[in-house]
Amino acid sequence: MARLRHDRADMSAPMVSGKHSLTFVVPALVLIGVFLVFPALWTVYLGLTDYRLTGLAAADPRVVGAANYAEALGDERFRTSLWLTVQFVLGSAVLGQAVLGFAIAWALRDRRGPLKSVTEGLVLLAWILPSSVVAFLWIALLDRDGGTLNAILHTPGFAWLLDHPMASIIVFNVWRGTAFSMMLYGAALENVPPSHLETARLAGASTLQQLRDVVLPHIKGHVLTNLLLITLWTFNDFTAFQLTAGGPDGRSEILPVYIYNVAMSGGRLGFGAAVSFLVLVVNLVLAFAYLRLLRSRGEVRPS
Amino acid sequence: MIALRGLTKEFPGGVRAVDSLDLEIGDGEFFALLGPSGCGKTTLLRTIAGLETPTSGRIEIGGVDVTGTPPGRRDVAMVFQDYALFPHMDVTANIAYPLRIRKVPRAEREAKAAETASRLSLSELLDRRPGQLSGGQQQRVALARAVACRPKAFLFDEPLSNLDARLRLEARTFLKRLQRELAVTTVFVTHDQSEALALADRIAVMSAGRITQLGTPSEVFRRPATTFVASFIGSTPMNLLPGVAGDGALRVAGAEFPLPDGTPEGEVLYGLRPEYADLTTREPGEKGAFSGKVAVVENLGTAHLVTLECADHLLQVVVPEGAEPPPGTAAWVVPRPGRALLYRDDTLVGGA
Ligand SMILES: Nc1ncnc2c1ncn2[C@@H]1O[C@H](COP(=O)(O)OP(=O)(O)OP(=O)(O)O)[C@@H](O)[C@H]1O
Ligand SMILES: [Mg+2]
Repeated sequence: MARLRHDRADMSAPMVSGKHSLTFVVPALVLIGVFLVFPALWTVYLGLTDYRLTGLAAADPRVVGAANYAEALGDERFRTSLWLTVQFVLGSAVLGQAVLGFAIAWALRDRRGPLKSVTEGLVLLAWILPSSVVAFLWIALLDRDGGTLNAILHTPGFAWLLDHPMASIIVFNVWRGTAFSMMLYGAALENVPPSHLETARLAGASTLQQLRDVVLPHIKGHVLTNLLLITLWTFNDFTAFQLTAGGPDGRSEILPVYIYNVAMSGGRLGFGAAVSFLVLVVNLVLAFAYLRLLRSRGEVRPS
Repeated sequence: MIALRGLTKEFPGGVRAVDSLDLEIGDGEFFALLGPSGCGKTTLLRTIAGLETPTSGRIEIGGVDVTGTPPGRRDVAMVFQDYALFPHMDVTANIAYPLRIRKVPRAEREAKAAETASRLSLSELLDRRPGQLSGGQQQRVALARAVACRPKAFLFDEPLSNLDARLRLEARTFLKRLQRELAVTTVFVTHDQSEALALADRIAVMSAGRITQLGTPSEVFRRPATTFVASFIGSTPMNLLPGVAGDGALRVAGAEFPLPDGTPEGEVLYGLRPEYADLTTREPGEKGAFSGKVAVVENLGTAHLVTLECADHLLQVVVPEGAEPPPGTAAWVVPRPGRALLYRDDTLVGGA
């Protein structure tokens, strides 16, 4: 025991004492400072001003304090946008990508041969195509006149992007992002010992019971990591802009699109920065919540 | 009772892991499937459990055809080599798991788990997680989980092979006693012949998906049906020496024995267990003895394994403690009467 403690003290010694270890960290810290901390702080500063893209306030921005924040929180358009973002994240990331990705991974888990490779290939293709190409494909698919979907469903003249903009971008984002979840769960399922699943099967457990009692406890960490990543990505995803540009009438104006519309199209950079900062705060809260869950797992006792 | 009729399992790629196998295992019998690695033992067991679908043939458990029945409805319990305990459940929850799936009320299943646990001396450990148990304890929890749901049959796939040698002996005795008390039909897969001999009521020796020999441990040990079984069974491998039968005599490695009645003439393999022969350092009077020079002496604890060089062949004999000759000595080996076996074309043709 004494020996063990001695060894550990030895190992941690250089980390505590080494002054020049700082030298190694400095370049990284500088990079982080230049590319992360400074822009973040700059955003915070901008958010406190009435900085504009053009005009008088572009040359000489005034500090307006928390006015931007107050305005955003009181703004109907902002709150609608936040709510649409929640729908977008829950619908396309948590329900869509995670559930669908898991389902595909589960269905393919011990398949071999062409079915598996073809499915995986197609799903991956959606993931690696450049977003502008993907957006173009989807516009071609959903187009009111001569769109592929209308041709298949025999519903000529149906304007999917106008009549169901949220549903369209949700389905679009599910299609586009499922590959990541599928790959992650595919790898996670390899960690589930077959004998555990078989023990459950022999006991007579249904598929749902097997998922609950065997699979989920084994891949909990993967699930949380997956949800964290896809939630954050989807929260900040801008690709949907290429389909609907937030329209019609802001009915698919999720937060990144909203920020773009007010800051770039509307020219109100200061206000946009304030909203961006709010989004950043939401992201941080989400990330911390997931990380806490991730850390506390294993201590949860099953019933 | 478990009955297999013409059971075949062919994997994609053409491997016939189980090859048109017929077998009947009696009620309450402790049945061992023994064979070298890759001979299809696990596949056979998994097919009985329903985890593999047979390519052809039928499986009956308790007189009911279960060939198409899913594993959960066959009423069998399996213990895997890695025990497959659920790491996030404590011992009680693990033991009670099959009962929970069967919707047994909580109080009842916990009482049942506690009772089973006490029978397997696990009472102190009910609140622990598998990660906090030793290998032997995990093995007993896995057994307890199988026992608690009172299945029609136990299927064990090398459940002792992850234990250290000493614990394995303890667990073996324990397992045998438990099986006797419960009198549940048990199929036990092992590649360890001593385990099969010690535990089983009957043994099936498998090779390449087929049963080479079926019998009680003493039948299989005393009269191995083929040279494969002969070399596989026994803690020290059987001596197998080429010989010639003819002119009323059997000539093997420079020794000559009277030919037993009914032995066809021609070339044979002469099989003799190292335990079934005596070693002397004085030339014996009669003719039936191998003579040679001691090459190697290995200590087995209570006995020694002596290897002799006799006329270009190596012959091994087990010699009691204290009677071992030093290497280089001239020595004679006298087979015990009726203990040697003769094989031709790999099948048993008689004794000598
Ligand atoms: N899922 C599978 N797909 C293809 N071939 C398989 C599969 N499982 C087993 N086999 C093959 O079937 C044969 C029998 O395998 P099995 O696992 O039953 O052997 P075993 O007797 O249990 O061996 P061991 O003592 O090493 O566990 C082997 O040749 C093996 O390669
Ligand atoms: Mg095996």
